Amino acid sequence: MTSRVELFGWLTLAFPLAGMMLVGLLHRRLPGRTPGYLATGAMALSFASAIGALISLQALGHEERQVRAVGWDYAKTVGIDAQISLLIDPLSVFMILVVAGVSTLIHLYSVAYLDSDRGFARFFAYLNFFVFSMLLLVLAGNFLLLIIGWAFVGAASYMLISFWYRRTTATGAGIKAFVINVVGDVGLVLGTYFIFRHVGTLDFLKTFEGAKEAFDPGSTDLTAGCILLLVGAFAKSAQVPLHTWLPDAMEGPTPVSALIHAATMVTAGVYLIARMHPLFELAPTAADVGAVVGCLTLLIAGTIAIAVTDLKRVIAYSTMSQIGYMVMAVSAGAYAAGLFHLMTHAFFKALLFMAAGSVIAAMAGNQNLDEMGGFRRAMPFTYGCMVIGGLALAGIPPFSGFFSKDEILLLIGDRGGWYWILYVAGYVGAFLTGIYTFRMIFRAFWGEPVPEARELEAGHLHHAEVHTNPANGEVEDTDVGFPGPEHHIAEREPAMKIAMGTLALLAIVGGLLQIPKVTHVIDHFLEPTFAESALYERHPSDGLITFGLLLGTLVGLAGIAIAYVVWVKKPDLAGSVRERLSGVHRVLVNKWYFDELINLLVVRPAQWFGAFAQQTFERLFVNGVLVGGATGLVRVGSSAVRAAQSGFLRYYAAMLVVGMVALTSYFLLLA
Amino acid sequence: MAIGWYLVVSALIFAIGAAGVLTRRSPLVVLLCLELMLNAANLALIAFARMHGDADGQIFAVIVMVVAACEVTVGLGLIVAIHRRRLPIDVDEMRELQG
Repeated sequence: MTSRVELFGWLTLAFPLAGMMLVGLLHRRLPGRTPGYLATGAMALSFASAIGALISLQALGHEERQVRAVGWDYAKTVGIDAQISLLIDPLSVFMILVVAGVSTLIHLYSVAYLDSDRGFARFFAYLNFFVFSMLLLVLAGNFLLLIIGWAFVGAASYMLISFWYRRTTATGAGIKAFVINVVGDVGLVLGTYFIFRHVGTLDFLKTFEGAKEAFDPGSTDLTAGCILLLVGAFAKSAQVPLHTWLPDAMEGPTPVSALIHAATMVTAGVYLIARMHPLFELAPTAADVGAVVGCLTLLIAGTIAIAVTDLKRVIAYSTMSQIGYMVMAVSAGAYAAGLFHLMTHAFFKALLFMAAGSVIAAMAGNQNLDEMGGFRRAMPFTYGCMVIGGLALAGIPPFSGFFSKDEILLLIGDRGGWYWILYVAGYVGAFLTGIYTFRMIFRAFWGEPVPEARELEAGHLHHAEVHTNPANGEVEDTDVGFPGPEHHIAEREPAMKIAMGTLALLAIVGGLLQIPKVTHVIDHFLEPTFAESALYERHPSDGLITFGLLLGTLVGLAGIAIAYVVWVKKPDLAGSVRERLSGVHRVLVNKWYFDELINLLVVRPAQWFGAFAQQTFERLFVNGVLVGGATGLVRVGSSAVRAAQSGFLRYYAAMLVVGMVALTSYFLLLA
Repeated sequence: MAIGWYLVVSALIFAIGAAGVLTRRSPLVVLLCLELMLNAANLALIAFARMHGDADGQIFAVIVMVVAACEVTVGLGLIVAIHRRRLPIDVDEMRELQG
């Protein structure tokens, strides 16, 4: 039975890899949409393997549900046990189900959405590679493979964000994402080193077993290691202050945003903290750092999302905010709740991005909320999906986000102590979520229809005559490296409809898996992974549950109501509020000046240091002293030696005599 | 037997030969002076052989003579070749191998 689990684990990885190679190598031979369908098929097979892994894992006994699948020894030398090995346990199976499942739908959506793009096959090769990297990350059985998957995800995100590589804004965003992710990689590698130094093994299960003996309680090395791991998690999961790459990543095609935000990449940090929970429980300080940063992120991102006017960026900041909830949850010991939210979030966030993509297509690539409006009648299906996703995001019962978010807050409230600050902040965040989600929906779908919406109602899809970059207005063509000439909306594309419909269904019913006091599917499923944890399976009191659920509903509804009043009932109110709070508005529009701060603290000093190194160190020291000194020395030495080679025979003979006399007298004097 | 005198004569002849090599510019004379140095060494060898009463040194001296004969052959051959090409017969002029 174990071998079957292992087989399915390897197959889950093998299919996207094969898909990538097939599409990447044969891209010239494959006609039309075949690369897309090939890649989608590979993902579907991968998802089927994940289901196979689930079924065969569940067939095992409760205690045996942590299967190590060892491929081969990669490096087995003094003290290092680097193996190519997978760890298949409920946590990783849960992750591959979410990742592979949602990715399959996103692939399907992309087949239609990117149909006219010249880089169609390239896109699907990248997409498969991205999902492969993420699956490798979550299936990794030791730190080595984890780091490899981690770095692959960063590289894949770089390629996808700058997919339209002739847009300067897109390449800039890709570089930014990559650089910030490398900061995280460094943190991850250093953190691994701190832990490896004490436990002496790279394998996860052995590390967790040995951690209790290897580290004294309150060991600074463990805390440092865990905080460094958190740096990696923050960079990948876009937590303050390493979050600035995420909104910029919206320069990529919309399915990429959906993939990065829903299924892959940003959830890696949450997964990492959940995977390392035995270490974080030994280092409570580090766990608290994670919880506080998650809480800060959810508030900061929520406030920015209210002010941003780019449709996709609103959703991007909402992702940051929701990931903040998850990071807070898994850091505070609410593992199942955090992962449950990860799953529901994957459903409704992918749905929201797909709906946003449909709207952006109807606007011919324009993402500006200020220029949108009135798409309700023109795009009923997209509108329905957006509302379902929005309700789930805002946490309105019975949609999925309601149960998952409130469970997080319940468990955090249940921990007592200073965690009540996080508890309150969580509800403030939920209130903000309601406002910004429905601000986006009301502004895009309600109000007076814009010309594009009217055209669509009449049956024409708007296509811009001159293609411009929505970010900076640069004129661009539709050749390779730029978005394609045609745009596709969900109403006309069955593939997009299927993907969005499935996700909408999941966003509605996903929450039923775990209703407080009624169902505990996720709790029970994940139990073997967290069996050792003291914080797992806590049961808040009935009063807290009832209070929390009521409060969650009310807060969400209040947010929506305010959004309704401000952006539908009294459209002038938004302007007057903005004027009265112009200072606050400016801070929010400028994203709390994080970009400027990082520029000032990191980028500028780095540039200055680079210029200094180039002008002073490189030119004067390296070129002048090192290189010049070495050549000068050789030149002087050789001219001295050359002078001896005069060609005068008698001079040589004299030298001989002198040498002989010197030697002889030396030996004579010595004797 | 007083070996001192033999050695003094040998050293004198060697010094004269060395001085000749260093000061004279004609290759022919340089060769002659080289011979002088070799024979000074021969004298010392034979003197020592006589002192110790065995034949090793004398045999050695004979071998030195053979080597000297070979050397003179090559050296004279070179000088004749230089002369035939009408090059100046002067060691200071022949310095094309300088570095």
